[in-house]
Amino acid sequence: MSKKRTLRGEVAIVGIGETPYYKHGQSPDAQFKLTLMAILAACEDAGIDPRKIDGIASYADDKNPPDRVAAALGFEQLRFSNMVWGGGGGGGSGAVGNAAAAIHAGFADCVVVYRGLAQGQGARFGSAAHYPTAVAGEAATWIPYGMMSPAQIFAMRTTRLMHERGIDRSTMRAVSMASYHHAQSNPRAVMHGRPLDEEGYDSARWITEPFRLFDCCLENDGAAALILVPADRAKDMRQQPAYLLGSAQGAEYRSGAGGHNNPDYATSSFKTVGPNLFEMAEVGPSDIDVVQSYENFTGGVVMSLIEHGFCSYEEANEFVAFDNLIAPSGKLPLNTSGGNLAECYMHGLELNIEAVRQIRGTSPNPVAGAEVAFVNSGPMVTPATNMIVGSEATL
Amino acid sequence: MSDAPVLPEGLPTPMPLPDGLDAPYWEGTRNHELKVQRCNACRGWQWTAEYICHRCHSFDLGFETVPGESRIFSWQRPHHPVHPALAAACPYVVVLVEFPDADGIRMVGNLVDPPEGEIPIGARVEPVYEDHTGQPDYTLVQWRLA
Repeated sequence: MSKKRTLRGEVAIVGIGETPYYKHGQSPDAQFKLTLMAILAACEDAGIDPRKIDGIASYADDKNPPDRVAAALGFEQLRFSNMVWGGGGGGGSGAVGNAAAAIHAGFADCVVVYRGLAQGQGARFGSAAHYPTAVAGEAATWIPYGMMSPAQIFAMRTTRLMHERGIDRSTMRAVSMASYHHAQSNPRAVMHGRPLDEEGYDSARWITEPFRLFDCCLENDGAAALILVPADRAKDMRQQPAYLLGSAQGAEYRSGAGGHNNPDYATSSFKTVGPNLFEMAEVGPSDIDVVQSYENFTGGVVMSLIEHGFCSYEEANEFVAFDNLIAPSGKLPLNTSGGNLAECYMHGLELNIEAVRQIRGTSPNPVAGAEVAFVNSGPMVTPATNMIVGSEATL
Repeated sequence: MSDAPVLPEGLPTPMPLPDGLDAPYWEGTRNHELKVQRCNACRGWQWTAEYICHRCHSFDLGFETVPGESRIFSWQRPHHPVHPALAAACPYVVVLVEFPDADGIRMVGNLVDPPEGEIPIGARVEPVYEDHTGQPDYTLVQWRLA
């Protein structure tokens, strides 16, 4: 007898929590305290005693280890702890997938996924001032050439995308303007009250060509957390469950080859991970009501949308347009809380939370009747990850 | 045209891996030669250095001089100084150079005397060896439009 191997509908997100989001360096609280505050907020949202959490899932670069979290909150026991490899925010959706896999496999009954990140207390990601005086290995083939920050690491993929596929700068601008537009109705957003128009985007300073200032994510302080439980338990809880329909992680052939030698260069790393997600979720791109797509840099969002089949390369300049990307009227509302560009750069976990809010109908920019919400984390990294959540009606 | 390095001193400097995996590359640059990995079994080119050939899984890899021409595959022009040493150096141009006759391997470098505006993707470039004193001494491989 063979049983289909899937997470579809087995686990639900029942709690979400966030601290206030701050510009880097402006949090009055320490990073670990922020992490605890977000977890407690997610438990309060779910109506769960934090002591009953028995699993922890996060992703690379989180500096808030599970032993300390479990001890600080007095978990009765810890049955599962896990982290997605990689760097930056590529693992956010994968952490949700791993949490669900642990619950489905019986490792744990209640798993928290979190990110605590106070760039004002550690190193700012956009600065290389703290780098060592000498470097070896693969990084030694590019760091000494003044290629050090994430923007610089990903800029040449975007240059190549524009060259190979004819993607216009206005397409990247639309992504940025959609995030800023949505942030204006989200009081939590760091860029609330700071609208962006075409002229503002076009006249902003270069960070590294082809990226201007508003192509780049923010640097922030804060924390975010989600609580997952088995689907049969979720029904009786405080909030409307957002059921995990699928999650996938990884990258295509030799995506992680050193020194920018990945054979398919101008990619967000979702050419295999995208189809794998839709296969598990048993939906297609046209079934998605609202998209949260990780903006480390706008070029990566354009690649992600294409590689997940929301449009083709040829359609991108026309389809990835501001009017199509905004809630509630657009064909494909994008980053409806403001995302990494304008709400907060919480390594993308704020995007996973916003997907849950869309299913609940509590987004600051709700998409009417949203039943299926999509998230992709950290484009252009390896592993890259994604997830789809749905309402009870989608099961 | 200038003999000054593209970027000022003070950036992180490169050093060979302690296990010797990429030592022939760095020794080659000191001699103003561009040597990368080539599999002695299947004769495929590979970069950056790894212990195994990703095609045939042979561990028998040597280093040979990269053949043929080199072309600009992609580029960027940093304007924001992300490191204190770059404060007076921006903007500068980083290029990703492709070697079509060596299985399309690529290398990152700086473009010496770059033109204003768009950098021509597909243009032929030639290496410029930029010697530095350090711990140890090292040579960066820069590129100039041919």
